[in-house]
Amino acid sequence: MSGADVWRLSATALAARVRAGDLAVADAVESGWRGPAAAWEADVHAVAHTDPGARAAASSAAARDRRTAPLAGVPVLVKDNLCTTDYPTTCGSRILAGYRPPYDATVIGRLRDHGAVVIGKGNMDEFAMGSSTEFSAYGPTRNPYDLGRVPGGSSGGPAAAVAYGLCPVGLGSDTGGSVRQPAAFCGVFGLKPTYGRLSRYGLVAFGSSLDQVGIFARHAGDVAATYAALAGPDPHDATTRQTPAPDVSRWDRGVAGLTFGWPANLWREGVEPDVVEGLEIAAVALERAGARRVAFDFMPGEYAVATYYLVATAEASSNLARFDGVRYGFRHDDAPDVRALYTRTRSAGFGPEVQRRILLGTYALSAGYYDAYYLTAQRARTRIRREYEAAFARCDCMLMPASPTLPFRLGEKTDDPLAMYLSDIFTIGANLAGIPGLTVPVGLTGANGRPPLPRAVQVLGPEDAEPVLLAAGRALEVGGDTIRLGAAHDTEFAWPTKR
Amino acid sequence: MAYEAVIGLECHIQLATVSKMFCGCPAEFGARPNSNVCPVCLGLPGALPVTNREAIDAAIRLGLALGSTIRDVSVFARKHYFYPDMPKNYQITQYDRPLCEGGALPVRIGDATRSFALIRVHAEEDTGKSFHPERHGDRQVSRVDFNRAGVPLLELVTQPVFREPAECAAFLTALRRLVRWLGISEGDMEKGHLRCDANVSIRPAGTQALGTKSELKNLNSIKGVEKGITAEIARQERVLASGGTIEQATLLYDADHDKLAVMRSKEHAHDYRYFPEPDLPQLAVDAAWLAAARERLAELPWTRAERFAAEYGLPAYDAGVLCDQRELADYFEEVVKEADPKKVSNWIMTEMLRHLKATQRGVSDWARNVPPHHFAFIIRSVETAQATATSAKSVLDEVFANGGDPASIYAERGIRARSSSDELLPLVRAAIEENPGPVAQYLGGKTATLGFLVGQVMKKSGGQAVPQTVKDLLEAELARRAAAR
Amino acid sequence: MSIDREDVKRIAELARLEIPEDRIERTARELSAVLDYAAALRRLDLEGCEPTVFAGLGAAGPAPLRADALDDVRRLTPETALAAAPEHEDDAFLVPPVVENLNP
Ligand SMILES: [Zn+2]
Repeated sequence: MSGADVWRLSATALAARVRAGDLAVADAVESGWRGPAAAWEADVHAVAHTDPGARAAASSAAARDRRTAPLAGVPVLVKDNLCTTDYPTTCGSRILAGYRPPYDATVIGRLRDHGAVVIGKGNMDEFAMGSSTEFSAYGPTRNPYDLGRVPGGSSGGPAAAVAYGLCPVGLGSDTGGSVRQPAAFCGVFGLKPTYGRLSRYGLVAFGSSLDQVGIFARHAGDVAATYAALAGPDPHDATTRQTPAPDVSRWDRGVAGLTFGWPANLWREGVEPDVVEGLEIAAVALERAGARRVAFDFMPGEYAVATYYLVATAEASSNLARFDGVRYGFRHDDAPDVRALYTRTRSAGFGPEVQRRILLGTYALSAGYYDAYYLTAQRARTRIRREYEAAFARCDCMLMPASPTLPFRLGEKTDDPLAMYLSDIFTIGANLAGIPGLTVPVGLTGANGRPPLPRAVQVLGPEDAEPVLLAAGRALEVGGDTIRLGAAHDTEFAWPTKR
Repeated sequence: MAYEAVIGLECHIQLATVSKMFCGCPAEFGARPNSNVCPVCLGLPGALPVTNREAIDAAIRLGLALGSTIRDVSVFARKHYFYPDMPKNYQITQYDRPLCEGGALPVRIGDATRSFALIRVHAEEDTGKSFHPERHGDRQVSRVDFNRAGVPLLELVTQPVFREPAECAAFLTALRRLVRWLGISEGDMEKGHLRCDANVSIRPAGTQALGTKSELKNLNSIKGVEKGITAEIARQERVLASGGTIEQATLLYDADHDKLAVMRSKEHAHDYRYFPEPDLPQLAVDAAWLAAARERLAELPWTRAERFAAEYGLPAYDAGVLCDQRELADYFEEVVKEADPKKVSNWIMTEMLRHLKATQRGVSDWARNVPPHHFAFIIRSVETAQATATSAKSVLDEVFANGGDPASIYAERGIRARSSSDELLPLVRAAIEENPGPVAQYLGGKTATLGFLVGQVMKKSGGQAVPQTVKDLLEAELARRAAAR
Repeated sequence: MSIDREDVKRIAELARLEIPEDRIERTARELSAVLDYAAALRRLDLEGCEPTVFAGLGAAGPAPLRADALDDVRRLTPETALAAAPEHEDDAFLVPPVVENLNP
């Protein structure tokens, strides 16, 4: 591979070359910018903020430990809701325009400690509220496989960037599917870890009991390497699990003897045929690799959606109270008194979808409605957790769609909040239950003369099942001729071509 | 119609921890504005709280002292309201599952001890400070300082058990003593370590139904609590007497002018939208923690006062004074090992506390210069007639001021008690010779002049004369002279 | 509809948001659509289901606590603390005056 093609490497391979001294950190970091970004970024708009000077500074810092660092020189685009000292952190919102946090999120610090280089901030739906990355105050991100379609959301920026080759790894956040759904739309791996495995310190909160930092990569092994670097207890986040994170070093161990759940009742209706076909392809590939399918019915996703939109909005209405124009961010300049300051700043600073969810959450918590909405939702959440527990008593992991549809067109759902919410129907349950989920690409569609679009499945597991999910993801990555992905860990990915 | 008041108190106790409730910023005061802050207590996006164990331990100890039930699992909650000194626009507090529930504080009022029942004690975070608006160019602005934001507080809520403002004052005095005793707070109301709001309602005497209550704020001294509540009871009585009805309101007490201002009426009632704080998993207090807290608790002030009365034969009043501060009680118990308890108690209450009050210093300052052994030596010297009370007190003054071993000061100055008439008679005679006026008055029947003459002799003896002997000698000598006239 | 105009105004005030008069109706409709959808939960059997508050903590145990010690690493200088403030002066954040009522 020529030096100009460094951007095609997996993170693991790139880091190995940097450690061996074959590749300078700065070249590893800038390769994606010189090559694919030049071709794609203006159209895709995956990046909300970057700065060549900050990249150079981060590269020289990373170069110091390049001989030993596990992620030496690996460029990472991180979602714009992760606090970074060297780039603005705006959460795709006008209310944080230009805001530079005085501290790094714990996961950002761990990326740096492991030799990775943060290359900028990925675009996102405002405050992670959305499923298409159309609700960013800084303009939408487009899907590199079809510029007329959305990349999914809310972490659409990092997902699209990893897909078109800007960087091998991206970080997002997943409150109701915001990593797994864009990963599916962009044809990359997307892991939402077990709640409490990746620190939330420095992740701007949306729904605190649901939020997890998630990982995008083109290869299962890169997800594992990044997870190993980031996961584990954080003294600054009391919701991190205090036990050591599960060991994912054997991500390539195979799936022989593994059982996977097959809740086919969930896709009998309301799921596009291409998505169903992807599930069949994945199931067959897993069976060929030695896993066993266990069919059962599972609770319909509607309950999870209903529960989620009460819990997440209630928490969001509280978490977003701090944006008031006093200490940071945007302030409305016409405010004779403090009440006007709050109301005008927040009304002008938050976009319509964020305001809608704040109102919904405020209502769910308000006097007289708390029991009917918030409390009922938290009880339903218990019920949903039990459904997952019961399912995982019968299998090691479960196959599910990551989204009921393939990537949809820009503008298709922006005027119908409920339709947008329903695109999270298969991802939300994992957040409510606190369990891990991994989106695994199963190649591109394209039969029957239709244009090729990414297609993926989701593998869910019980708490701390990340090793199982990665083994399943890896099995599908090398799953043979049914899957049009690279046959080996570091060979060709199904790169997009511009349309 | 005669009314009786029903009063409940809501007290906030600022804990004397090193760091804040949910972050490692200093909990101290007087620092440069906005210098004791970090992403957590400044409410920056992405920051998360982690609970200070020592603050919880303080709450547990207070709860144990009050006989509250300590929940093995309690929950922090968010209380929402927008205010510029609230970094997150919600406060992390406890709501439906507080750490401590029930219990009571025993308070000595007059000769009786009354026990005032509590509803709860819970832990929470303080707010920052916003200052009164000031002119800034062509508009008004307020300054905001977040140094205090996140400082640990305990909120203690009583049952509506008080009937008299004076009971509230006595309760707060006892609470202050307790938090200081436990070492969990400096408990100074004037400095805001201890804050108090009162819920006040009145009802016809002898009836049971509660009247509409008002909430009284800004009571920032114990005296202010008493006066503010008194004023509010009077206001409510005036309203009812004039045929009006009491409306639920929040009032602010202005101690300088003894006036109440209505701040908020019911239609602006807040909807705090409490819900469990998702950033903090539930707080678990296991048996081992409780046992360790109980271990740290030591003997409580009221228990110790009872023991002092029984063990040392002290009057209840004396025992109460000695147990007002833990350090003082400890000091007493050291001194008493080497001197008579009642005498020690007298010396402490008259000499020591007078000095401390006059010099605005504390027991530890005293103990540094006057270790218990030295204090006991001085007290004993009077009892054994080695020195007069006057000499002993002057040495005590000096030792408190400059330190030093009283035994060597006694030796150095030749301090002893002089009581032989051989030694004292010349001084008595000299005093009589030098003060013909007072002598004449005495002989003329104004016997009170004798005190003056005793003082003159004492002075001549350098304070070493035993006053009773001097008095006897003077009386004899003057009688002799009267007879000779 | 679960939510009417008055509800929208009340919760907007609680949330310190200003909904223009001509959007109130539409907002009420949008919020009602989600709440009506959420009514599905009433069909769910929640017998014996205590509320879940903390996700995924089944095996993780109670909250970790911190020792009462200073953390000078995360502490900010006044300059840094104020750097992002829209308005500040002499180590203090500046805000327009509070005119309504007392801090609860
Ligand atoms: Zn702090």
